[in-house]
Amino acid sequence: MGTAAIEVRGLWKIFGPKADRIIGSPDAELDSAALRAKTGCTAAVRDVSFEVRPGEVFVVMGLSGSGKSTLVRCLTRLIEPTGGDVAIGGEDVRGMSAAQLRELRRHRVSMVFQHFGLLPHRRVLDNVAYGLEIQGVAKAVRHEKARAILSLVGLEGHEDSYPDQLSGGMQQRVGLARALAVDPEVLLFDEPFSALDPLIRRDMQAEVVRLHREVGKTMVFITHDLSEALKLGERIAIMRNGSIVQVGTPEELVGAPADDYVADFVRDVPKSHVLSLRWISRQPDADEPLDGPELPADTVIHDAIPAAMASARPIRVVADGELVGVVDRVDLLGAVRLGEGIGAQAGEALAGTPASSSASSASASSSAEEA
Amino acid sequence: MVAAPADIAPPVPVGERAQRLVRWLPVAGAVLVVALYVAFKNTAVLPHDDDASLFHWLNDARDWVDENRNTSPFFLYFINYVRLGVAELFTLFQTALTALGWPGLIGVAAGLGWLAGGWRIALVSVVGFAGIGALGLWDASVDTLALTLSSVLLSLVIGIPIGILAGRSPRVRRIVSPVLDVMQIMPTFSYLSPIVLLFLIGPASATIATMIYAIPPAIRITALAIQRVSPTAVEASESLGATGGQTLRKVRLPMALNTITLGVNQTIAAALSMVPLVALIAAPGLGVDLIRALARVNVGAALVPGIAIVIIAIVLDRITRSAAVSRARSSVVRWAGFAVAIVAGLALTPVLAPEFPEQWQIQIVRPINDVVGWIEANWYGFTGFLNDTVAYGLLNPLQDVLTSAPWWLVTLAVLAFAWRFSGLRAGLVAAGCLVAIAALSLWEHGMETLTIVLVASVITIAVGLALGIAAARSRWFAAVLRPILDAAQTMPSFSYLLPAVALFGNGRFTAIIASLIYAVPVVARLVEDGVRAVPGTVVEAARSAGSTDRQLLWKVQLPMAKSSLLLAANQGIVMTLAMVVIGALVGAGALGYDVVAGIAQQEDYGKGLAAGVALVLLGVMLDRITQGASGRPNSKKKRIA
Repeated sequence: MGTAAIEVRGLWKIFGPKADRIIGSPDAELDSAALRAKTGCTAAVRDVSFEVRPGEVFVVMGLSGSGKSTLVRCLTRLIEPTGGDVAIGGEDVRGMSAAQLRELRRHRVSMVFQHFGLLPHRRVLDNVAYGLEIQGVAKAVRHEKARAILSLVGLEGHEDSYPDQLSGGMQQRVGLARALAVDPEVLLFDEPFSALDPLIRRDMQAEVVRLHREVGKTMVFITHDLSEALKLGERIAIMRNGSIVQVGTPEELVGAPADDYVADFVRDVPKSHVLSLRWISRQPDADEPLDGPELPADTVIHDAIPAAMASARPIRVVADGELVGVVDRVDLLGAVRLGEGIGAQAGEALAGTPASSSASSASASSSAEEA
Repeated sequence: MVAAPADIAPPVPVGERAQRLVRWLPVAGAVLVVALYVAFKNTAVLPHDDDASLFHWLNDARDWVDENRNTSPFFLYFINYVRLGVAELFTLFQTALTALGWPGLIGVAAGLGWLAGGWRIALVSVVGFAGIGALGLWDASVDTLALTLSSVLLSLVIGIPIGILAGRSPRVRRIVSPVLDVMQIMPTFSYLSPIVLLFLIGPASATIATMIYAIPPAIRITALAIQRVSPTAVEASESLGATGGQTLRKVRLPMALNTITLGVNQTIAAALSMVPLVALIAAPGLGVDLIRALARVNVGAALVPGIAIVIIAIVLDRITRSAAVSRARSSVVRWAGFAVAIVAGLALTPVLAPEFPEQWQIQIVRPINDVVGWIEANWYGFTGFLNDTVAYGLLNPLQDVLTSAPWWLVTLAVLAFAWRFSGLRAGLVAAGCLVAIAALSLWEHGMETLTIVLVASVITIAVGLALGIAAARSRWFAAVLRPILDAAQTMPSFSYLLPAVALFGNGRFTAIIASLIYAVPVVARLVEDGVRAVPGTVVEAARSAGSTDRQLLWKVQLPMAKSSLLLAANQGIVMTLAMVVIGALVGAGALGYDVVAGIAQQEDYGKGLAAGVALVLLGVMLDRITQGASGRPNSKKKRIA
């Protein structure tokens, strides 16, 4: 696996006077209202730790005010963290000088913003080339590079337009192109599609999935939209009041929510679209025929329906060439009907599935095909 | 404090009694003031004394400065260099503009107009500047233009960097903002005397005085523009590793450019309204003719340079305004028009006569004076009646009261009123200002000026409120009023004196009418905006509950527009003061006249300087009193409005 692309340890961000004195003191345990009443400070990020693997799409999801946007800005110190460590590509970000930090932002990490942040006085081409321009790249070179990136995001022919002549979705493509133009290792997305209408949003999500496949960057994606998180995220961190409540694959979150908050969150998710057969397979009864269709254990439940329709016999669920269990039509219907009974099996299933990331990436690409 | 018992003790009587007391307090106060006035009338009055020792002391100080002007290091190595440098800048502009010749200058103006706003603006520039030539005021106009441009240039060179700093740092903003507030409530007359003391009379002083008046909008609007730059764009730039300088050059300044251009527009407008005033300190230009004619109540002769200044104001306003709204994407056509107009103008310069041709000039002084004479002859019944009603019905009685009341009673009354209306601190500042005016030996003149300001303010606010409410409630009325108010706001302030003089001759009432024309547009605009800003959903809710229009206005719209109304009152009073002071040029007398006399006559210098200070104190006092209970109204709104 190598070193993590991003490693965050015990990160804190507290806004307010003398914020640094709060970490480690008993006040740090107070909830946000009590903390504000006592110290006048607001803790936006509280003791957050996680790792992002190279090439992974890591989604941070939470409601507004949960601290997720602050968290992503702390990664490159657009907002200065109050405490904790951030390492990108193994390098300590918090110890960097202003110049080192600038180099990091110029070459290695770039960001896409919710409200685009385009420069209205510049053509699309010059907006995309902006990052290269401030690096001091010659005009001809940066324009050539910007043109290539614009065609990658599907904006050929709009080089000479101005941002306000484009639709919201196209503007965000420009924002995406600007971030990609400097060829960073890591892309940060701060709710990039929240300001777009739903159809465009789906297009843009598909675009991100496609780009991830093509360029394979590490991505940290902030969203408040659970379906977006499930669609894009290989792993998802759920934030609440500045803390991470649970980190896991979409399957883990939906199948085994860590607490009532997460459970409440994922309640309306159609579980058959997220969970794999592994979660509902059972030991075959003695008299059950074992000559039905065979499907891998990480097949999403919903995708097993055609096989069950084709054959009346129970589906044999296989992992690593071995039979894990069987699933019949009743099991499938039960799972489709709000996933009854899944919760009960969650614990054991989870114990048996150490690596489910491949399953979720399969689900991510299948959702991309849907879109 | 008084309400505290009510909070602590639920049993009603104590709280109720306290509340009833609070309700009757203003009435009791008013009765007390009247009683004290009757009892102490004509005691502790401070009649005017031209020989006050302070004035002599200030004269001596002036003499000392004059003696040491060329020996003291402060003057030798600093002030005198500033004076020489500024004078040099003015001469540079003057020489350059003169060298262009009239065809060249018209060509350059047309070219700039074309570049900023296409052929229409170019046409406005040509017609406007040719019109100035036709009025026979070309040379004086060039002087005025040179003075305006040099002071605007200085304002921008100093103001924009300060504005950028203030826009980026809240700390700088906290320092700059109150200074600008004071600069803006300072009547323009008040700093003429100190400037003359430092820089002598002449173009250098005039440029500096103009700059002091014109710099606040440059700073304020630049700061506002920088603050308003989309934070996401700035963050995006930083997230890509831009340095502070790169973000400023490539993001902040370009994105703020249009608004900053609007600031340039405001700066020019402010500078032009100083033209006649700086003529008092020997600035060359149109102001000289204007002041001389005003002094002789020759309305026609005053109106001609007045019109020329208004034309310059309109041309510069249109050019900068269209530059502000046009996108930075200038087309080839624009640049071609720019080049053609300038080349054509310059090419004609050597061909045509250096003087603007005599046969193209028109004479309008006599016809105007004929009209004015006709008005005097035929409308006197009406204008005289108005004049006398206000003078004998309002001004004289109020002035009698203010000058015959003991100074401590006036001060106490102001303290109480300001405390009640704007808080204790505002009250103390206001009372302090009055005490200081008394200490300056200018109590009586101060009260005279205050009388005119109070009467003018009441009329201004009443008219402004009525117009503003009408405009907010009727779409067609607003459609008619808006362009008139817009036009009124582009005019240099003193130009309102001229129609007032034409109608009412010299006197205090003329100053009142002029300040009415000057301040009503702003008051009406603020009132209208405030009432319109009441959210539609609230209005709808009130209507659906069955409110009549009148109920809607009194119970919903006006209470919700309170802060705008307070701001309107504040602005109305401050602007009225500014105009009443300028009214000294048309016989409104009092402190304004002291300043003018102080500049004109050596022996009155001390009194003039003190009167300038007294004017600032009066401005601060009126501003503090009307600051309102809701605290300082957002000072950024001021200039934008």
